[in-house]
Amino acid sequence: MNVIIDNFPLYLNGFLQTLRICAFAALGSLVLGTVIAGFRVSPVPPLRWVGTAWVTVFRNCPLTVVLFFCAFGLPEIGVNGAYFWFGVTGLVLYTSAFVCEAVRSGINSVPAGQAEAARAVGLTFSQSLSSVVLPQALRTVVPPLGSVVIAMIKNSAIAGAFGIGGDLFAVGDTLTSARGEAALPVLLGVVIGYLVITIPSGLLLAWLERKVAIAR
Amino acid sequence: MRLRGLMVGTVTAALALSMAACGKSSDSGSANPSVDAQAKFEAGTTMAKLNESGKIRIGTKFDQPLFGLKGLDNKPTGFDVEVAKLVSAKLGLSADKIEWVETPSKVREEVIEQGKVDLVVATYTINDKRKERISFAGPYYEAGQDLMVKKDDSAITGPESLKSSGAKVCSVTGSTPAETIKKYVDESNIVLFDVYSKCADALKNNQVQAVTTDNVILLGLVDKSGGEYKLVGKPFTTEPYGIGIKKGDTKFCQFINDTLKAAANDGSYEKAWKDTAGKVAPNTPKLPETAACS
Amino acid sequence: MSTSVLYDAPGPRTRRRVLLGSVVAGVVLAGLLALVGNRLADKGQFEAEKWAPLTDPADDNFTNVWTLLGDALVNTLVAAVLAMAFSLVIGTGLAVLRITAGRSWRWLVVGVIELFRGIPVVILIFFAARVLPGFGVDLSNLWFLVIGLTAYNSVIIAEIVRAGVNSLPKGQREAADSLGLRRGQVLGLILLPQAFRAMLPALISQLVVVLKDTSLGFIISYEETVRTAGIIIQNLDNPIQVYFIIAVIFIAVNYAVSRLAIWVERRLSRGKKTAATLSATDPAGAGTGGGG
Repeated sequence: MNVIIDNFPLYLNGFLQTLRICAFAALGSLVLGTVIAGFRVSPVPPLRWVGTAWVTVFRNCPLTVVLFFCAFGLPEIGVNGAYFWFGVTGLVLYTSAFVCEAVRSGINSVPAGQAEAARAVGLTFSQSLSSVVLPQALRTVVPPLGSVVIAMIKNSAIAGAFGIGGDLFAVGDTLTSARGEAALPVLLGVVIGYLVITIPSGLLLAWLERKVAIAR
Repeated sequence: MRLRGLMVGTVTAALALSMAACGKSSDSGSANPSVDAQAKFEAGTTMAKLNESGKIRIGTKFDQPLFGLKGLDNKPTGFDVEVAKLVSAKLGLSADKIEWVETPSKVREEVIEQGKVDLVVATYTINDKRKERISFAGPYYEAGQDLMVKKDDSAITGPESLKSSGAKVCSVTGSTPAETIKKYVDESNIVLFDVYSKCADALKNNQVQAVTTDNVILLGLVDKSGGEYKLVGKPFTTEPYGIGIKKGDTKFCQFINDTLKAAANDGSYEKAWKDTAGKVAPNTPKLPETAACS
Repeated sequence: MSTSVLYDAPGPRTRRRVLLGSVVAGVVLAGLLALVGNRLADKGQFEAEKWAPLTDPADDNFTNVWTLLGDALVNTLVAAVLAMAFSLVIGTGLAVLRITAGRSWRWLVVGVIELFRGIPVVILIFFAARVLPGFGVDLSNLWFLVIGLTAYNSVIIAEIVRAGVNSLPKGQREAADSLGLRRGQVLGLILLPQAFRAMLPALISQLVVVLKDTSLGFIISYEETVRTAGIIIQNLDNPIQVYFIIAVIFIAVNYAVSRLAIWVERRLSRGKKTAATLSATDPAGAGTGGGG
């Protein structure tokens, strides 16, 4: 266990790096996923096609492949930047497909009468979506969105291997591979790092779920 | 086909099968070393055991051009592979008796300790930390950590110049070069991938300004780039490559050292080099002075 | 002919506007694609030399490359199916334990489930491959991958099974109880068979997650599809092209599996009055969303 204490600063940095990745990726994928969900229900056919293609591609492609294209495909088309942002982009693209599906099923769960009433008072598509349907949908999608975000936190471990470095999983790799420490205690430290993020998130989600359930 | 698919479970089983299926060897020009059919060993030694069992499991890398790279025909090639063949030939085992096991850097000590392989030849730097867990025969080659940059880069002249030019440096996760370079560069400027070819891609796209690892590995990347990159040419470490074996097996270690010396004398060491890494590295190395076995 | 409740059936003016929107969106999209294509062409990514080994049967390497990829795909499927089978058995066991366990030690089962749900699957795989051998577990990389995937997915399946049992009408359990069946019998004879029916689509969807997660086998050098792609790239030096093919393969296989899930869902919900199925498409289905 000494290895965790001896390398505590390293672990702490890894933990903070993982938090940073997750914060940006969560924000990005929630926004992008909602936009894509809007595409999927939009009256404009090409947007619907884009939405469908988006979800089909990113839901069925392994995250490693998506991350590869972000780290090595983007520079090929002239987009240069820090690997941190490539990694975050990969997580955002991948997760946005799941966010989109969660939001879309939320939109579908809003009673038809709500949208009909919105139309009856003369709201346009974007108005009825943004001020009537989505606010109600977002409430019902809190539980699935929460699990999507928690899954993304766990997936961030994979992003570390694509040039970002310094995240919790990379710390484990450095300690076991380059410094030859025994795997068990090192990985236990890494696992604790993730549990410190995921378990409270799960509890928070359960609490939110109850809150939302009362509010309905 | 289905049966085969299931057996693929062990990487090596698939390898053995497809090697059997391939039949004739079609190595890129390298004839296998002649097998010592008369090999006789003192009873109870590792050599005798391997010789009697008629097969040997050798760990090498599968993704390291010039040293150990698995080809599209499912067979590994490279200098490490040739050195391993020299050793197994001296044991009386021809190349087709070798079961190749992929041993990436991070598992090398483990697979030796657990007896999953009989020896490891995998760009394996001899150092004291590793000697606590395993023993090394050799060294059979001496590399040094160097930097690779784009051919028109004149700002980076050595590791000391990295900081002042604010360069990003690429290496492989969990590798020794990645640890060493931390002495010269801020951690935020170190970019890590799982293989060096990704570093070369990153260099091509100006995502990083330098790639660092052992000079021979970099030479392979320089060669592949068709002259896009160059070596800085100032190795700042020494990396003696050894052959990893079970800790304390001095007789086996001595046998391997003798084999290496004999190979250096009869020219097969030079041939092994010229067939592989020698295709891009300018000079054939001399076999380094082998260390005492312990 | 609008089927959406979100907007009216378009009148002539709206139709014109939608048309205009379509044209604009189409042009923007086409422009973006052309730009990307152009940039890639500039970098020589469409050169025949880079594609031929993958697409031209006459190329010297074509057979070797596709033999490798074929074997790799088989490895991927074998790992996924094994992991799925074990997860199903262990997951059902966990769910039954959770449902039947007395209050005093139910928290233990819940704790185990929550623990494994909170750990990234890549770490579980790494853990299996690096730590278990230290305890004398001598297995091939396939089994370490399967163990890692199973540890992660069985707790998710346990949650799917629990949700499936809970989704059954209360009357089923009450009727079984009133017949005098023991607790185990109620579960094994009445509830689980029906729950599985309801869960089938969600379970098939989970298979997609497992299939994608097998690609993490590359960190322990299991020769699945992504790892093999790496070997091919080392030889041919065409990463973009190889990864493109890999992406297409994964999307095709997983899309087929997802369609199967939706088809099963439709079949099961047809003419069935009991138990709405746990939707295959709805990521709300017990946390299947975003896995892996």
